[in-house]
Amino acid sequence: MKYQVDERGYYGRFGGAFIPEMLYPNVEALRTTYLSIIESTAFQNEMDDLLKNFVGRPTPLYFASRLSDQLKAKIYLKREDLCHTGAHKVNNTVGQIILARHMGKSKIIAETGAGQHGVATATVCALMGMECLVYMGKLDMERQKPNVERMRILGAKVVPALSGSMTLKDATNEAMRHWISHPKDTHYIIGSVVGPHPYPDMVARFQSVISKEIRSQLIAEQGNPFPDHVVACIGGGSNAAGAFYHFMDEPHVHLVGVEAAGKGIDSGESAATTALGKPGVLHGSKTLLMQTADGQVIEPYSISAGLDYPGIGPLHAHLLDVGRVQFVSATDDEAMQAGIALSRLEGIIPAIESAHAIAGLSKMNYDEDDVIVINLSGRGDKDLDTYIRYGNY
Amino acid sequence: MKTLEKENQTEELFKRKNKNLLSVYYTAGYPALNDTVRIGQWLAQAGADMIEIGIPFSDPVADGPVIQESSKVALENGMTLNLLLEQVGELRSGVKIPIVLMGYINPILQMGVASFCERAAHAGVDAVIIPDLPLLEYQESYQGIFESWGIKNIFMVTPTTSEERIRAIDDSSSAFIYVVSSSGTTGARKDFSGEQIDYLNRLKQMKLKNPWLVGFGVSNKTTFSTICDYSAGAIVGSAFIAMLKNSNNFSADIPNFVQSIKAKS
Repeated sequence: MKYQVDERGYYGRFGGAFIPEMLYPNVEALRTTYLSIIESTAFQNEMDDLLKNFVGRPTPLYFASRLSDQLKAKIYLKREDLCHTGAHKVNNTVGQIILARHMGKSKIIAETGAGQHGVATATVCALMGMECLVYMGKLDMERQKPNVERMRILGAKVVPALSGSMTLKDATNEAMRHWISHPKDTHYIIGSVVGPHPYPDMVARFQSVISKEIRSQLIAEQGNPFPDHVVACIGGGSNAAGAFYHFMDEPHVHLVGVEAAGKGIDSGESAATTALGKPGVLHGSKTLLMQTADGQVIEPYSISAGLDYPGIGPLHAHLLDVGRVQFVSATDDEAMQAGIALSRLEGIIPAIESAHAIAGLSKMNYDEDDVIVINLSGRGDKDLDTYIRYGNY
Repeated sequence: MKTLEKENQTEELFKRKNKNLLSVYYTAGYPALNDTVRIGQWLAQAGADMIEIGIPFSDPVADGPVIQESSKVALENGMTLNLLLEQVGELRSGVKIPIVLMGYINPILQMGVASFCERAAHAGVDAVIIPDLPLLEYQESYQGIFESWGIKNIFMVTPTTSEERIRAIDDSSSAFIYVVSSSGTTGARKDFSGEQIDYLNRLKQMKLKNPWLVGFGVSNKTTFSTICDYSAGAIVGSAFIAMLKNSNNFSADIPNFVQSIKAKS
């Protein structure tokens, strides 16, 4: 496959493992064993069973006829919002917890922004009887109270990150510090295609089930596995990596990533990394990063806590470099209106992250008979407060 | 060779002395933006053997709360890598002991590694410690540039570093090795456990080519003298920064701090 990570952990000029020596043994153990573990029959049998019976896969590929009429295309929604816990995040946590057990780890840590990855991690820890610590920015804990309580009900300990701006970036810093201090018994379940090699590749592989299913579902629908376009929102980029994965080597399939423009790309309050970022190193990999001329990381902004990250995964930075993925962005307003429109047209209230993907359609070119798959990465239950505050419905 | 024709002060130091070395770390631009120079001058006068100056970064993942806080304040004060190099140049004009910069890779990448090395060499920097620049990345991408400017790159070993990797780091090091005392981020620890002493013994028995200094958790005379039984010396950071935070009188408090750690009991 053309866009796979190389043996040095790079996608083109992005990736690598920029980690302090304290983390070297852990990351090296992962790097040298993850492929043999996840390709083993025992692992795959367990993974397949849990994805089917616990997560509820395959998720439907739903033809959205009223949305199609309105936007003048043949639009399918990949219903990741119907996964157990309400988003695609659980595909990755199921994979990583089985891996952690194979590696003899007994404790799990994770970072979370909106709380979806934290809930997905707490869920699989309960399932496997493993101790779970989730770092979450103090500000995010206040903004996403129901998810904090969901994690606690599931038996996880939620630790507020008090440094920096007290959001996702700081929660990730705190999780890394915890891992530095507890290197032996702990596995760190990173929630996106970010972090030092092999995390971006590992998480992309676990999420690739999304595009694998899309292919077989399209064969059943239309006789061939290829849509004309695949559209997904991108914060760190895990749902997009999963939705693009089995189409990356099919150049006739147009791939579109939709970033969060926040209040507008030039407003100073944005999270559109491909528009605003420059190459840099954060959280263990070299990638595009929103930063000052002096190399300090800029706090991003989006109405969606799940897209509120100053970087993107190195795979996506590379796909941009080589022109394989078109990146567009949607503002807070455009996303909120797309979310309300989908609710009215299809009876599906999307997560505000996923609403960005829907809003992205107005930024791309397509023909009336084009088949477009939008990855509906999560459901909107967690965002009701934001919808209510936004009004306009 | 672009090297400025002068001896690297870290090499000079270890030739002259290889026991009971005290290296003190502080963050540039903290507590106030222009404190960098005078703190370094006081440290040199007070008898510190080496100065480590932290390059503040927005996301210091290997640092504990004290250094995190100092980095945050320094950035709020307006500290930048540009300004830091100017301040180091000024400090160097009156100070002979080795000056080491410690910081994360991203600000250096933004300046450009070649341009950073050139400016650092002219400012009188002897070595750098970049915790998130691992050995392999350094060797593949940057070693030639650092060496051409005569700037030493200091690598860390930790309690979980394998013996094989310690040997590889020893082979690739010059000047000294930074030994992280225990698994954790920077910051004071109460004392050194049996496990840590075993680790220091193990290192001592390896008879490394390079001298090594121990950092993370060294905060007072007791921890300093314990460490010095095994190593060439120790690095104190968080404890010094905590002192600076509460000091109204650097000219008295900095010499007192250095003496309180180095004084023979």
